Amino acid sequence: MNYTILIYETPADFTQRNDPDAKKREAYWAEWPIYTKALQDAGVMRGGAGLQPPDTATLLKFKDGKQQVQDGPYADTKEQLGGFYIIDVPDLDAALGWAARCPRRPGRMYEVRPNLVTPG
Amino acid sequence: MDARDAIDQAARNSYGRLIAFLSARSHDVAAAEDALSEAFHSALEHWPKRGVPDKPEAWLLTAARRQLIDAARHMRVHDASVPTLAMVAEEAEHAATSNVDFPDERLKLLFICAHPAIDAAARTPLMLQTVLGLDAARIASAFLVKPQTMGQRLSRAKTKIRDAGIAFELPHENDLPARVDAVLEAVYAAYGSGWDDVAGADARRQGLAEEAIDLGRLMLQLMPAEPEVMGLLALMLHCQARSAARRADDGAYLPLSEQDATRWSRAMIDEADAWLRKAERVGRVGRFQLEAAIQSLHAQRLTAGRVDWNAISWLYEGLAQLFPTIGGLVGRAAAVAEARGAAEGHALLMQLPSEVVQTYQPYWALAAHLLCRLDRIDEAAEAYRRAIGLCEDAAMRAFLLRKLHRTQAAAGVTEGDAINVSPSRAMPPAES
Repeated sequence: MNYTILIYETPADFTQRNDPDAKKREAYWAEWPIYTKALQDAGVMRGGAGLQPPDTATLLKFKDGKQQVQDGPYADTKEQLGGFYIIDVPDLDAALGWAARCPRRPGRMYEVRPNLVTPG
Repeated sequence: MDARDAIDQAARNSYGRLIAFLSARSHDVAAAEDALSEAFHSALEHWPKRGVPDKPEAWLLTAARRQLIDAARHMRVHDASVPTLAMVAEEAEHAATSNVDFPDERLKLLFICAHPAIDAAARTPLMLQTVLGLDAARIASAFLVKPQTMGQRLSRAKTKIRDAGIAFELPHENDLPARVDAVLEAVYAAYGSGWDDVAGADARRQGLAEEAIDLGRLMLQLMPAEPEVMGLLALMLHCQARSAARRADDGAYLPLSEQDATRWSRAMIDEADAWLRKAERVGRVGRFQLEAAIQSLHAQRLTAGRVDWNAISWLYEGLAQLFPTIGGLVGRAAAVAEARGAAEGHALLMQLPSEVVQTYQPYWALAAHLLCRLDRIDEAAEAYRRAIGLCEDAAMRAFLLRKLHRTQAAAGVTEGDAINVSPSRAMPPAES
């Protein structure tokens, strides 16, 4: 069964991605490919993507038939979606197990949801 | 004493005894929990007004049995159980008015929780909830399970106990060793879930190690002559003795060999060794005694200043013969590597079936360490990456990353190149 691990990152996470200090910047980038490789080696990796920071987001809404385009992400929260993985594992327990192995930082959160299966 | 304090104290000290007493008679753990929870509610209402009763536990029992009878009458389906409940009522009244304490049925409850008919994944949670009164949300967090799922698992287990009519009796003598093992395994799983949280960052999980030790002590109080119970308690105490030394002052992970032994708890080590010696005198060896003996040898670094790896490797050998588990086999490889060289240890690791070790993090951490010592740098780096990718602990991950960098630096790769990823490739590729 496919599950998606949604990774909510903190402003500090997004800043660290481009930190002028190379050591700090690399500390951010170093862990993801290793985790991705572990998913691939275990044969559970189905896809995913890292997302650019929330200030690059553009929101499109249709209100009373009128389209509105706004700068910024939908949710006005401190933690923002930073990336996601899609994994194929037998059950939610296994999916949570993989989410717990995601690179960790204080304040970062991981939401695990079963993917929708098309009915019929 | 203040009524609120009295209620808290009764909940802390007597919850398991009350649940065990009520469910041993109603044969329905969920109903016993509901009834006791109502009894606590009514204590909250009455005690502040009328004062704390002389025997708070007996008062709670009397209130709970009224609830049980009402609930059973209301359900009607269980009419047959009403006479039994009336008997519970009498017993509870008796306990309330006499000086005799109500009987301690917790051992029966422990055996029920680890009964072969109960789903193995539900046993430890069931024990923590019914015997210690931990809430399902905390248990779910400790076991990395969705709280709703944990709630369902627990209630399914209780339904099974009721509907399958699992007897609230002590196991038959022939079944006893296997049934004791199941209880001990469930207790140890609770300890493990607390122990895995090396960081101690998560207070909800941290506590479970101590709760497990409490369960071990309770087991010992109820089965004072069983050597494996002593073995398990000794094992948990040995591990717990090191809890203050598992992290450097800056929070960095420290492997056992790098821990400052003077920060270990001498009192816990001594207590553990005393239980272990007592268990050995019974003359029936078991898994937990062997594991405790291994930890006892590690603890001798505090007094002897050195570790007898040869003796440790032989204990692991025994463990591998008698009770092979993946953890024990990886431990044996580590001990053999220390006692007789990295090559021999690594050869043992290579014998483990690849499908079993695929996602077993300690295997990859040890493989990396040994390959490094064997100067097989590329393979070591690869194994470090596997270990890091499978790691659930942030401090341990940081430790392994440092090791990986050092390994690559030793191979002539400069620090900057060590992390050979460009930002665009670091995250997983989009689904194609």
